[in-house]
Amino acid sequence: MGLSTVQIILLVIFGCIAGMGSVLDSFQTHRPLIACTVVGLILGDLPTGVLLGGTLEMIALGWMNIGAAQSPDSALASIIAAILVIVGQQSISAGIAIALPVAVAGQVLTVFARTVTIFFQHAADKYAEDANFKMIDICHVAALAVQALRVAVPTFLVAAVVSPEGVQALLNSIPEVITGGLTVAGGMIVVVGYAMVLNMMGAKYLMPFFFLGFTIAAFTDFNLVAFGIMGAVFAIVYVQLNPKFTEMKAAPATASAGNADDDLDDDLDDELD
Amino acid sequence: MSEKKLTKSDRVNMFLRTNLQQASFNFERMHGLGFAFDMVPAIKRLYDKKEDQVAALKRHLTFFNVTPGAVGPVLGVTAALEEAKANGAEIDESTIGSIKIGLMGPFCGVGDPIFWGTLRPITAAIGASLAMGGSVLGPILFFLAFNIVRMAALYFGLEFGYKRGLDFVHNLAGNMVQKITEGASILGLFVMGALVSKWTTINIPLVVSKVTTDGATTITTVQDILDQLLPGILGLLLTLLVSKLLKKNISAIKIIFLLFAVGIVGYGLGILA
Repeated sequence: MGLSTVQIILLVIFGCIAGMGSVLDSFQTHRPLIACTVVGLILGDLPTGVLLGGTLEMIALGWMNIGAAQSPDSALASIIAAILVIVGQQSISAGIAIALPVAVAGQVLTVFARTVTIFFQHAADKYAEDANFKMIDICHVAALAVQALRVAVPTFLVAAVVSPEGVQALLNSIPEVITGGLTVAGGMIVVVGYAMVLNMMGAKYLMPFFFLGFTIAAFTDFNLVAFGIMGAVFAIVYVQLNPKFTEMKAAPATASAGNADDDLDDDLDDELD
Repeated sequence: MSEKKLTKSDRVNMFLRTNLQQASFNFERMHGLGFAFDMVPAIKRLYDKKEDQVAALKRHLTFFNVTPGAVGPVLGVTAALEEAKANGAEIDESTIGSIKIGLMGPFCGVGDPIFWGTLRPITAAIGASLAMGGSVLGPILFFLAFNIVRMAALYFGLEFGYKRGLDFVHNLAGNMVQKITEGASILGLFVMGALVSKWTTINIPLVVSKVTTDGATTITTVQDILDQLLPGILGLLLTLLVSKLLKKNISAIKIIFLLFAVGIVGYGLGILA
């Protein structure tokens, strides 16, 4: 038994949304947490979608596009993995093993799509000569179609042929050492994302906060909300106490947190002098 | 000639457009067309003569790139400059261009750590941890939290940049931007440390010793010893190693493939599980 026509249509529509979301990087519809959940909803197995989404989101946490550097494609990976896991009734770890290679393949497609869109940029140049605002708007928005198709077409191909037997046959044909190994690798691959975030933050002298977070987490059961609050407190205290931010005019009242912003203009005047 | 002024609805229109900032992202000029798209309502309002419109469109079709969530202030300042120019201020094209380019660096510098290093990893990790507990609240919370903050940053950033205009550029010389960036980096690094500890799974089940006392066998594996030392230490070391490799310009994808290989070989040999 495959998917119903309505389900296939809904999956293709969501494939378009996730593909556009992935280039826009605004609404986050391309993130595993959202994409797997929606696919789960379409296929009538929300719990599996949510669970897979949460698991893949952790792996993809640091995947980000910085400048021209493209991250692995979480949109395509999440959708394909969620379809195969739910239809083929596979485990979450099989989902990881499916998602990672697809994310890599999707990245190649992403780079290709972002090269194709140069065409729209040049078309807009021509319309600018006539001050044709409408066509410039259309050029910009139409480029989204390339990104939508980039995810929707592979989604359609998978959704149209997928069947529980097919998925099981496919996964059974892969030797156990590969699927087991990919699952093990999935536990390690999260660090690539963490390392990308670390490198982007760039500031070596702030690394003690990283080690502090690690150590506290290693010996406690605090949840992430607790870490978020503690991190925010450390950040605020650090900025307040740091001499480089509190250099003030020899005024009787030293800078305190509450009026830090009011003092900005004074700081500014000092700096400009 | 009456003074030309952007209306509130022009600015709201521009804000709505910034949500599609990266629609035509391309490797040639990145957000080049996107920025022109954002500026269309302003250019229409400010310039009547066709040649002025053409010139304005052309100067905003040039290379541009910034974290999509951080484009608001840059757009606001640029709109304020265009408004002043349209009303006869002595601002030449290259001034607008160079201020725009000049703002790109600082706003990537603030935007990347805030959006990709702090806001998204933290909201996504909290959402994902809820999702892995089976709660559909996880994806919903992530979607709402990220997008509310992102849209607020776009809208208020645009208004702030527009109202302060060039003052805002001078404000960058103050340390507010640096305070925000450092604060966000601390929060991001701290939570990232916690994530490395909590969500990296590396397990080395190699048996080191097997002691039988009174009929009870105690098996000690490499992992047991490491866990006694510092739980999660392998994840930490691996994160730092990957961070080093990334700095040597080895691509994330290559590292992911390498970890695939390590996972499969390690699993096959029984070193990793």
